[in-house]
Amino acid sequence: MKESISLTWRRIPERYKMIGTRCTTCNSNFFPPRSVCSKCRRKGKIEPFEFSGNGKIYSFTEIHAAPAGFENQIPYVMAIVELDEGTRCTGQIVDATLKDLKIGDRVEGTFRKLLSDDPEGPIHYGFKFRLKK
Amino acid sequence: MRKVALVGVGMTKFGENWDKSFRGMVTEAGIKAIQDAKITGDEISAGYVGTMASGSLVGQEHAGALISDYMGLNPIPITRVEGACASGSLALRQGVMAVASGLHDVVVVGGVEKMTDLDVAAVSQILGGAGDQEWELFMGITFPGLYAMMARRHMHEYGTTEEMLASVAVKNHANGVYNKYAQFQREITMEQALNAKMVADPLKILDCSPITDGAAAVVLAPLDSASSYSDKPVEILASEQASGTLALHDRENLTSIKAAKIAGELAYKKAGIGPKDIDVAEVHDCFTIAEIIATEDLGFFKPGEGGPAALEGKTKIGGEIAINTSGGLKATGHPVGATGVKQACEVTWQLRGEREETQVKDVEYALTHNVGGSGATAVVHLYQRGY
Repeated sequence: MKESISLTWRRIPERYKMIGTRCTTCNSNFFPPRSVCSKCRRKGKIEPFEFSGNGKIYSFTEIHAAPAGFENQIPYVMAIVELDEGTRCTGQIVDATLKDLKIGDRVEGTFRKLLSDDPEGPIHYGFKFRLKK
Repeated sequence: MRKVALVGVGMTKFGENWDKSFRGMVTEAGIKAIQDAKITGDEISAGYVGTMASGSLVGQEHAGALISDYMGLNPIPITRVEGACASGSLALRQGVMAVASGLHDVVVVGGVEKMTDLDVAAVSQILGGAGDQEWELFMGITFPGLYAMMARRHMHEYGTTEEMLASVAVKNHANGVYNKYAQFQREITMEQALNAKMVADPLKILDCSPITDGAAAVVLAPLDSASSYSDKPVEILASEQASGTLALHDRENLTSIKAAKIAGELAYKKAGIGPKDIDVAEVHDCFTIAEIIATEDLGFFKPGEGGPAALEGKTKIGGEIAINTSGGLKATGHPVGATGVKQACEVTWQLRGEREETQVKDVEYALTHNVGGSGATAVVHLYQRGY
């Protein structure tokens, strides 16, 4: 999977620090960030909001057939994580195999390499998750 | 609004059609549908075509113009529509709206995808574009992975089992045996399904629909003049579409596809019928869990009862409701843009009583359910025998 340098650069606050947004009208938090509150629409007031990266596993799977760029990692575990601040996102669970996990397990965010396009290309970094001890 | 009828259908063989091109397949299906409708090209005043990714898969955009040109239909307008794996049903819906509104009388609708010119990894990546590219796919999830997370949640909340999932694949392969257009005209056993190679736990390769080339087409006309084009017209009672969040993680729950539920409810209301009236349904079984969720979202079974119903044979031909008599996406194959139109072809043959081995008895009402991505677009059509 290739991603342009400008796209990666644009996403640095979100991918490195989990900066999302919050609607101060209805107190909904969004990650990835949204510029329009899906509940309040034009009545919403949106501002940046940093997520802690803490949450629990809502569902998960182990990938055995990987997309381009992830072939060397199989099998690896992916999950939908319910963040403590009240929204969900998709990320990889590191340092664990399928049998270590169950729905509801506590996880924390961790800064990792996501993938590199090719030996000469940029390395993309971002958040993944691991089980909280 | 005028009542709309389906007066002609046609499709290509679905499969790894190495000898057939994108334009060749859609032309073949279109001509079959036009011949079936006993019309001449001169009577057609517009067309719509659904294709998800012709630009990425074969480098060809501007599919509407290509088809108009190669079917010899210039200068009528042909418009391409896209809604990921629901592109075919979106095209059908555009055609229904054009005829219902009175803007056009006779309309041809096509769906096509040419997928096997690229290798599997490239195709998987292109299909990934049906989800949230930046926040799902780039993180390492795959489409089987998204549906696997729906399956795990369904298992967690309702006790759905891997045997229940596998039973969907076994049933659809059994139906596909008799479909001459199907990619896989062969049965599989429960044991084979359960022991197949893992793709995204708990989904195995036989829980997944394949990569397929193919095209399908239908001809639409006003119901009041339909008898001049077909001895056995099929009335389209409802054509409803709903949208949901692009990313799976933003859904309220993973055990139902809300957009499909809403599209189904709107369609039943429009037609004045309910799930109990439906005799045959083609639903979007891109993965086995998707068929189980579809049968719950459409009201055939209560939430959590779709899995046991599949295992107990309630969705077989001769069961409570015949689901995917064509073999579904699982056995017929899933050329993404063609699937929604192929579903309309299958229920038309059922409503006309032309299906032989897989014919359901006395079909009066039929339903098609087509889903884009992990559920961000959903389209439900309802049909009634029109003769």
